[in-house]
Amino acid sequence: MNVIETQDLGKRYRRDWVLRECNLQVPAGHLSALVGPNGAGKTTLMQLAVGLTVPTSGGITVLGGQPAGSPAALDGIAFVAQDAPVYKNLSATDMIHLTRNLNRGFDYRYATARLGELGIAPGKKSGKLSGGQRAQLALTLALARRPQLLILDEPLAMLDPLARQDFMATVMTAMADDGVSVLLSSHALAELERVADYLVLMSGGQLQVAGEVDELLACHRVLTGPAAEADRFAGQLRVVQTRRAGAQAHLLVKMSGPDDPVPPGWEAHPVSLEELVLAYLRSPGAEVPPELSLTRPALARPAESSEVSR
Amino acid sequence: MTIDKGISAADAALPSPDGSAPPGGPGSPIEFRLDSASGVPTYLQLVQQVEHALRLGYLKPGDQLPKVRDVVTSLTINPNTVLKAYRELEHKGLAAGRPGQGTFIEATLSQIALPELTALRRTLLGWLASADAAGLDEDGIVALVTSALRDFFDRRDGSAGRRGTDTEGVA
Repeated sequence: MNVIETQDLGKRYRRDWVLRECNLQVPAGHLSALVGPNGAGKTTLMQLAVGLTVPTSGGITVLGGQPAGSPAALDGIAFVAQDAPVYKNLSATDMIHLTRNLNRGFDYRYATARLGELGIAPGKKSGKLSGGQRAQLALTLALARRPQLLILDEPLAMLDPLARQDFMATVMTAMADDGVSVLLSSHALAELERVADYLVLMSGGQLQVAGEVDELLACHRVLTGPAAEADRFAGQLRVVQTRRAGAQAHLLVKMSGPDDPVPPGWEAHPVSLEELVLAYLRSPGAEVPPELSLTRPALARPAESSEVSR
Repeated sequence: MTIDKGISAADAALPSPDGSAPPGGPGSPIEFRLDSASGVPTYLQLVQQVEHALRLGYLKPGDQLPKVRDVVTSLTINPNTVLKAYRELEHKGLAAGRPGQGTFIEATLSQIALPELTALRRTLLGWLASADAAGLDEDGIVALVTSALRDFFDRRDGSAGRRGTDTEGVA
């Protein structure tokens, strides 16, 4: 099952296309990291998946084919927007009461038990909570809806390292206990390495890379060798990024398989997720590895007629 | 590696929903740690730590590996990563899942007898003396050994194919 599936998805705000020709399939059971520079279209993609905004062109379905924004989709998806918004003048208890009454499904026992574990005073106004507690409160409210898919828009940005780890531990535990699928956008690349097992990389409103993290790491290498030979590889190998000095060159290449032979005289080093992501972000033209992601058939331009305003 | 509904049957030994299980679990003699600077993929670190613990005798057949949920909570890592590591250990014949209980050690890592080890060590010391005499310092020796070791196993695996799981521990 795919928790998110898009076909030629596009979104335009007035004259600007913030998302274009996006063909993506996010499989269930993963924590998928959505990464890319600011303005890459990450938040727009998330809002489209949740149904907070509608596509200008193309289509998006969630949870195995449900139209985004349909009642079945709304019941199965929980979304925590950027900076974990809660009503500052309401207490945790009030927030639970409110969320319980605004949703068709809500696990009240889970929510109250979780607040106890977190040590959040039930009567304290949300605005007086620490950033970490506020994020945990928003996450608890989202998880108490027992979603199949949890979407988190930059949940870690405002948190200190300890709060980040506690937050992610709650998310990971929900995955282990209930099999929740997670889509999470973040700039904290180093931290994603431990938690993300699926990567969706966007830049400039377009999908650049999508695939399982282990597979992506297994088929990328940094090759280090004599700069004089580097050009020869440009034709033979799929070079994502080249860094070279007078004598030595480092090529981040995509191999055709994990057991590809290393050219004689060259050394191959494994890449980290952070290195891989940065290399692709610095080479916006680098192709989506075709066997790992989806075909991007050349299609007619998105229809210009159905403009939707913010 | 997709889990559609929670954790596979073998790892269904999760604590009760009220979360009353003791931290770390009573069952396992080992606890995992992660070295994020090593560059080794997380699931492989878990596999290697189990193998290491087997070689050093921290783990014996019949011992339980840490429960998936406990590893996830204590290391803040993806449950799929832990499942992948445990599947790899099962694939190597070192561990097996018991439905409803968890994953348990099945085998030990074969080690060669002590006299053979001593003889090998003596040969190696002889080689090290000649490397030293030739002017290589410690780092130079390590670099040479590492690269020769890699070539050796690349060539062996390339020509002979995989020779079964029990030879993996030699490297």
